[in-house]
Amino acid sequence: MSNSKGLGGVGVFLDDRTRGAAPARRFMRKIFPDHWSFLLGEIALYSFIILILTGIFLTLFFQPSMTDVVYHGVYHPLDGVRMSEAYASTLNISFDVRGGLLLRQIHHWAALLFVGAIMVHMLRVFFTGAYRKPREFNWIIGIAIFTISIFEGLFGYSLPDDLLSGTGLRITQGVLQSVPIVGTYLSFFLFGGQFPGHVIIPRLYIIHVLIIPGLLLALISAHLFLMFHQKHTQMPGKGRTETNVVGAPMYPYFMAKTGAFFFFVFAVVALLSTFAQINPIWLFGPYNPSGITAGSQPDFYMGALEGALRIMPNWVSNVGGYTIAWNVIIPAFVPLGIIFGGAALWPFLERWITGDHREHHINDRPRNAPTRTGIGMAAVAFYGVLWLEGANDVIAAQLHIPLYTLTWIARVSVFLAPAVAYWVTKRICLGLQRKDTHLLEHGVETGIIRQLPSGEFIEVTRPVSEEVRAVLESRTGLPQLPAPAPGEPGEGVPAPSERGAMGKLRVRLNRVLTEGIPVPTGNGHGNGHAELREGEPAAVPSGADHGRELEAGSPDEEERPSGH
Amino acid sequence: MSLITARRRRRAAGYAVIVLGLLTAGVAYATVTGQPGTAAAATPSSASPKQIAEGASLFSVTCASCHGMNAQGTSQGPSLIGVGAAAVDFQVSTGRMPAKEISAEMPRKPPVFDTAQTHAIAAYIASLGGGPAIPSAAEVSPIGADMALGQSLFITDCAQCHNFSGAGGALTYGKYAPALTHSTPTQIYEAMLTGPEAMPVFNDTTITPAQKRDIIAYITTVRSEANPGGFSLGRIGPVTEGLVAFLGGIGSLVFASIWITLKRREHT
Repeated sequence: MSNSKGLGGVGVFLDDRTRGAAPARRFMRKIFPDHWSFLLGEIALYSFIILILTGIFLTLFFQPSMTDVVYHGVYHPLDGVRMSEAYASTLNISFDVRGGLLLRQIHHWAALLFVGAIMVHMLRVFFTGAYRKPREFNWIIGIAIFTISIFEGLFGYSLPDDLLSGTGLRITQGVLQSVPIVGTYLSFFLFGGQFPGHVIIPRLYIIHVLIIPGLLLALISAHLFLMFHQKHTQMPGKGRTETNVVGAPMYPYFMAKTGAFFFFVFAVVALLSTFAQINPIWLFGPYNPSGITAGSQPDFYMGALEGALRIMPNWVSNVGGYTIAWNVIIPAFVPLGIIFGGAALWPFLERWITGDHREHHINDRPRNAPTRTGIGMAAVAFYGVLWLEGANDVIAAQLHIPLYTLTWIARVSVFLAPAVAYWVTKRICLGLQRKDTHLLEHGVETGIIRQLPSGEFIEVTRPVSEEVRAVLESRTGLPQLPAPAPGEPGEGVPAPSERGAMGKLRVRLNRVLTEGIPVPTGNGHGNGHAELREGEPAAVPSGADHGRELEAGSPDEEERPSGH
Repeated sequence: MSLITARRRRRAAGYAVIVLGLLTAGVAYATVTGQPGTAAAATPSSASPKQIAEGASLFSVTCASCHGMNAQGTSQGPSLIGVGAAAVDFQVSTGRMPAKEISAEMPRKPPVFDTAQTHAIAAYIASLGGGPAIPSAAEVSPIGADMALGQSLFITDCAQCHNFSGAGGALTYGKYAPALTHSTPTQIYEAMLTGPEAMPVFNDTTITPAQKRDIIAYITTVRSEANPGGFSLGRIGPVTEGLVAFLGGIGSLVFASIWITLKRREHT
C-alpha cells in the first residue's frame, strides 16, 4: 500500500506541476483496433528508431572526406591500396571499432526493413481503402516519407565510397545530366565540378545525417499525430461502425503489444545483422571510376529504377543543339512518376469518380472494391517487373536464362503483366464476392447429408456466425452514379455533372470502378432466412471486452469505457 | 540368310549386333588414327616424342570428332593449330573439354584426364604450331605478389564480368563469366593468357606476368577470406540482400504481427 501511495504521491507531484494527468489518462484510454496488418507501419517506425540510434553511433567513427589515404589496416587484402578517407573509415568501423561491423549491419538491415515495411504498409492502406476521406493528407504524407526515404537510402549507401556506391552515384549523375537544358549545370552543382570530385561525399553526408532525417522525423511525427487525431481505421466486424472504434485501450493492452512488437523488430534486425552479411564494402574495394563489377545493383528500393534503365531502348535525340537522352529521362522519371503520382492522385480521382464525400473509418476488404484492388495489383505487377529486371544479370546467371531474352521478356511484360494482373485480380475479387453472397444466403456447408423420410437427400447448411456475418455484410459496394441507360435517351435527364466529355468519362469510369456482385438485399441483410439472426452491427451488444464508442459528430472523444 | 532370319529373335542376337558394330567401328577408327603421328615434326624441345604420340592418340580418341583429325577444326569446333599448350591445359584441366555438348558456354566439370594425359594432349597441340606454353609453378605463385596492385587490376579488368568477389556473372546470349572459386592459379594465369570462350586475351604487354601474379594473389586471398558479417549470401551484391530483407525480415515480422494480434477463436 505504501508503495502505491508513494507512486500516487509522485503522480500528484507531477500533475500539480504539469497538469498532465488528464491528457495522460485520455492517451492511456485511447482505443486501437487490432489487426495484424495494422502493425506493418510499426515495423517502419521501429526500424526508423533503430536507424537513428545506430546512425548516431556510426557518425562517431565515419569520416566524410574524399582525402586520399593509403590503407594499412587490419583487412590485409587491401593493405597498401589508395582510397578515400571515407572508405578507409568505413573499413575501420567494420574491422577495428568494437561492435562496429554489427552496428553497420544493423543500420543497413534496418534501412532495408524500413523501406520494405513502408512499401507493404502502403499496399495495406491502398488495398483496404484506408486513404479515403478524411485520411487523404496522411496518405500523401506517407508517399512523401516513402519518396525521401529512397533518397535517404541512396545517399546512405553512397557514403562509404566503395565501388558499388560510386557506380550508383555515377548513375545519379547521369540522371541529373539527362534533365534537358539544365542537366549539366545540375550535375556540376551537386558534384562541385567533374564527377566524382571531392565534395560529393561531405555534401551527401550532411543530407543523409541531418537534412533528410530531420524531414523524416517531422513527417513521421505528422503522420502519427494525424493518425492519432483521426483515430485508426478498423476492419469490418461485429459491432464496428463508422462512428466507433472497437479495440483495446492504449494502456495496458496496446502498449504491451506494441512494446513487444518493437522487440520483435529489433530481434529480427539483430538476428539478420548477426547472421547475414550485408554490403561487404571490403570486397567491393574503393571506388575507382574505371572499375565496374558484374552484379552492380542498388539496394532493393532503387531496383525498379535500375530495371527501367535496363529495359529502355537506346533513344537519344538532338533538339536545337541540346541532347535529349530519352534513354535516361524516361526510365528515371516516368515509371516511378506513374507509381508515386498515381498513388498521390488516386484518392481524389476515386472521390471524383464515385462522388463519395462521406467519411470512412471502416476499411474495405480488398475483394469488396474489385477495380481498386485490380489497379493496385496492376501497379504491383508493373513495379515488380521493373524490380526483377533490375536484377536481370543475377537472374540470368543463376537461372541460366540468356540476358537479352530476359530483357525482351521484361519489355513485353512491363505492359502485359499489369493488364493480366488487373484482369485476374478483378475476377478473383468478384469470385470471392460471389462466395460471400453464397455464404450469406445459404450458410456454411456442414458436409452432412441427410436423408428425409421421403427418401430425398438434402445437404445441411449452417448459418454463418455473427462475427463472420458482420464481416460479410460490410460489402456495401462503391457508390454508383445514376445515369440513364445507354441507348434509351428518353429514360432520364443526366445531371449537369454528367454532361459533357468529362461527365461522360466520369460515368463510364464509375461503371468500371463500381463493378461488383450485387449485395444480397432483403430488409438490408440476408434473404429471408427467418432462422438467421439479423445483425444490425450497431445494435449488437459489443462482444469486445474493452471497446468504447464515440458519438458521431462529437468533436471531442467521449470516453465511454464498457467492460473492464 | 535363313540362318540370320532364324536366329534374329534370340536373346544373344542383340549382343552379337553390338559386338559386330563395335568391331567395325574399332577397325575403321584404328585405320584412320594411323595418320596424325606423322605430323610431329616440329617438336618443341621440352616435350618428348613419346609424350606427343600419347597426346596424339588421346586427341584422336576424344577431341578429333569436333576439332578434326589433324586439329584443323570442323564445323563443330575451332582449329587448335597455334592455340598453344596453355589453352589446352586450361580447357582440359577445368573439365570444359572434352565437351558433353556444344552450348553457349562450356561449363566447368570434373576433368576427364589426369595431369599427365592433359600435358600429353597439350604437348601434341603445341607440336602442331607454337602458342603459349603452360606456365610453371613459380610463374603463377601468389607468394610475394603485390596484392594492392592486384586489387586495382582485378576491379579494372576482371570484376566487370567475374564480379567483385569472383562469383561470376551473366554475359549475353547465354554466355557467362564463370565463378573463380575453384580455379587454380595456373588456370587463372592460362585464362588470362589465352582468353577462353568469351574472355579477351590479356597478353604479357597488356598485363605483365608479374601483374598476372598480383591478380592471382588477390583472387586466391579474397576467396578464402572468411565472411566477418555472417553468411555471405553468395557474395553477389545487393540482390540477395533484398531477397533476405523481404523473405526473412518482413516475412518473419508479418508472422510476428499475426501472432501478436491473434484472438482466441470462439468455437460455436
